Amino acid sequence: MGDYAYAYLTPAEVRFLDAAVERLIPTDELGPGGRDAGCACYIDRQLSSPWGSHGRNYRSGPWPEGTPEQGFQSRFTPAEIYRIAIREITDHCVARFEKPFDQLAAAKQEEILKALEKGEIELPSLSSKLFFDMLWRNTEEGYFADPMYGGNRDKVGWKLIGFPGVPSGAYREHLGNPALYNAEPISILDIQTRAVEPDANGFAKHVMIKREK
Amino acid sequence: MSAIKMKPVDAVVVGSGVVGSIMSMELANAGLKVLCLERGRMIDPKNDFVAPQVHDELKFDRHSDIFQNLSRETITFRNNSGQTALPMREMGSFKPGEMVGGTAAHWGGNARRFLPHDFELRSKIVERYGAGFLPEDATIQDWGVTWDEIEPYYDMFEQIYGVGGKAGNIEGEIQAGGNPHEGPRSREFPNPPTCRTPQGEIFAQAARELGYAPFQGPAAAMTRDFQNLYKVMMLECHRGGFCSSHVCSQGAKANPLSAVLPALYKQPDFELRPLCNVIRVNTDSTGRKATGVTYIDARGREVEQPADIVVLGTYCFNNTRLLLLSGIGTPYDPQSGRGVVGRNYSYQTGGRVHAFFDDREFNPFIGGGQVNTSIDELNGDVIDRGPLGFVGGAYINMPNPGASPIKSKQVPHGTPRWGGEWKKAVAQHYRRNLGVHIHGSCMSYKQHYLDLDPTYKDAYGLPLLRMTFDWHENERKMLTWMNEKCVEIAKAMKPSKIDVRPVPKKYSIIPYQSTHNIGGAVMGADPSTSVVNKYLQSWDVPNLFVVGGSSFPQNPAQGPTATIGMLACWAADGIKEVYLKKPGVSMV
Repeated sequence: MGDYAYAYLTPAEVRFLDAAVERLIPTDELGPGGRDAGCACYIDRQLSSPWGSHGRNYRSGPWPEGTPEQGFQSRFTPAEIYRIAIREITDHCVARFEKPFDQLAAAKQEEILKALEKGEIELPSLSSKLFFDMLWRNTEEGYFADPMYGGNRDKVGWKLIGFPGVPSGAYREHLGNPALYNAEPISILDIQTRAVEPDANGFAKHVMIKREK
Repeated sequence: MSAIKMKPVDAVVVGSGVVGSIMSMELANAGLKVLCLERGRMIDPKNDFVAPQVHDELKFDRHSDIFQNLSRETITFRNNSGQTALPMREMGSFKPGEMVGGTAAHWGGNARRFLPHDFELRSKIVERYGAGFLPEDATIQDWGVTWDEIEPYYDMFEQIYGVGGKAGNIEGEIQAGGNPHEGPRSREFPNPPTCRTPQGEIFAQAARELGYAPFQGPAAAMTRDFQNLYKVMMLECHRGGFCSSHVCSQGAKANPLSAVLPALYKQPDFELRPLCNVIRVNTDSTGRKATGVTYIDARGREVEQPADIVVLGTYCFNNTRLLLLSGIGTPYDPQSGRGVVGRNYSYQTGGRVHAFFDDREFNPFIGGGQVNTSIDELNGDVIDRGPLGFVGGAYINMPNPGASPIKSKQVPHGTPRWGGEWKKAVAQHYRRNLGVHIHGSCMSYKQHYLDLDPTYKDAYGLPLLRMTFDWHENERKMLTWMNEKCVEIAKAMKPSKIDVRPVPKKYSIIPYQSTHNIGGAVMGADPSTSVVNKYLQSWDVPNLFVVGGSSFPQNPAQGPTATIGMLACWAADGIKEVYLKKPGVSMV
């Protein structure tokens, strides 16, 4: 990722995340995976944003663990959770396999992610499931949010599912029409960077395409 | 700290949402000097919500700064009183708003009326099935108003919000194409119904085969350019998705910002003060008369605002919390069942059956929060619940709200949560599935209530509101039966595969469900079981009115917004026609 400067993540954290998001959403015949979609870049920006410091969340203590139904109860912010968890997962991998996560074989990486997801890896400072759930949530967001947030590069997430991005003023006429609406997706990034011109209302002018069934 | 004292006004209205905007408008129309206090920021919709920026799922659905800022104030939550409540630290189950325009600024636009039966629920059930039919711990009750009294105010709300629909019952005459089970209407909707989508047509055909009468759900996102009751113009909706959680860039979705405030700002005797957070209703030494409110202004100063009439028109939680913080009314005690403030908190039930198609594709991203095809046969008292053994009902519908890509990727049960197989399933099914949705009632129970939390405080050092709530066996039974009915409909759509979302065992604060929190300051005919009388007037403090989702004694199936708007119209008329002739006196 030579075209993006990371604001929060360290190079070692980026190596971990690039490897992890590539397992979560792998590159295959359908298109690029999490790494080339820029999910680590998306996560870096989110962790640098108010969301990364839980700027709009309630942060006062005390912090008993609570029940699963009571939701997030950690005193750590997302930025802290990523930093602590990646350090402790790296220590775990080095202790068990003598290599950091990103240097392990893909199958091994997948195994570790599954163990994190089930909370089976005991990290010293936080629940591995808490970290995995956050990582997966952010990876999915990064792959499918507007590319203006650093992920979903070249709109790969939207092309994968056939989502046209910014709506068109023609939707209203198409509402009752069963004919498939297949358009080259247009993002807010495209419009804001003037790669494409919107219509007078700020809606996209879609170009229709043929989509593989 | 000595409070700054402002010049008195005739009426102070707390909140600028559905209730606050209509209340302010109606009272200003009656010649009162009205001040509206709003904790959130000022909004200029034409510049604050523009396309393409509004079409941003991450910004508005996930991290929105138009929702309540929980760092300053949230609620605490527990499933039962044996647990310790903990703060809702991040937005999940529901999304109360925090800005001029309130929560309805980002609603979906489903403008459904309740059924006549819903307003006299307890009486009607006891009459038909006997008192023994009610769950033992149920605290459901009548609203203290009847359909004939409030129907004109539903009509008024529809004229303000430009609701599009097809009448199913005009003055007792059943109309083709509408909902035959709705209460008798005085006239047709102000606007035509929404256009039926291909998905809606598939649902409608399946429903008709099974003997149901499908109709287009009433929509408060314009079906044509429309000038409303307040002479405000709203333009026809583009159906571009990005609707619920978002504010419309075209002003096509009726809400306080698009339907009421433009006219209200022109009222010479009206003032709106944003960034003013009301923390208390003040009363005189008798405790029987409100003298005004105290708020924290934008600069953090404590300000006292005297007023002859106080209207609380905020979200369910805040209406209840302000009463508790002000010591008005007796707080509810779940042990003895006595007390009223915080009693009868309830929510909305929901469910889904997904039909996957190998051979059919749709355009799920085209639509709006209010575009749906519905049936009402399983709602309210339309069905005989005797053999079914539960109280309540649901409307079933095929919604087409748009399909923003982070949250709208449905994959069949058994698909891994991530990885290559998940990716393939997402690509395969995003445009090839239809959801048959249950939107169901939720009764009130003795053990579900709101009170003040003993531990956690807001930014001002005041106790947070504590919610004690869980799903009840009655609702689980209802949803289990509704799932079976939805499977029948889904099968009739001839899909390749059907998935049923299991009925949840416990209520969780984490996943988004609905912003339909109700109760806590309920209306009724009996002061020992309600906070306000049928005119939404406090039993204890006659110059205080408390209006909103907080007024519902329990939750019918249809979603609360149209009824909240109706109650605002009804309560405003009560103040104008009855209260002002004898101010300070109980109207009942």
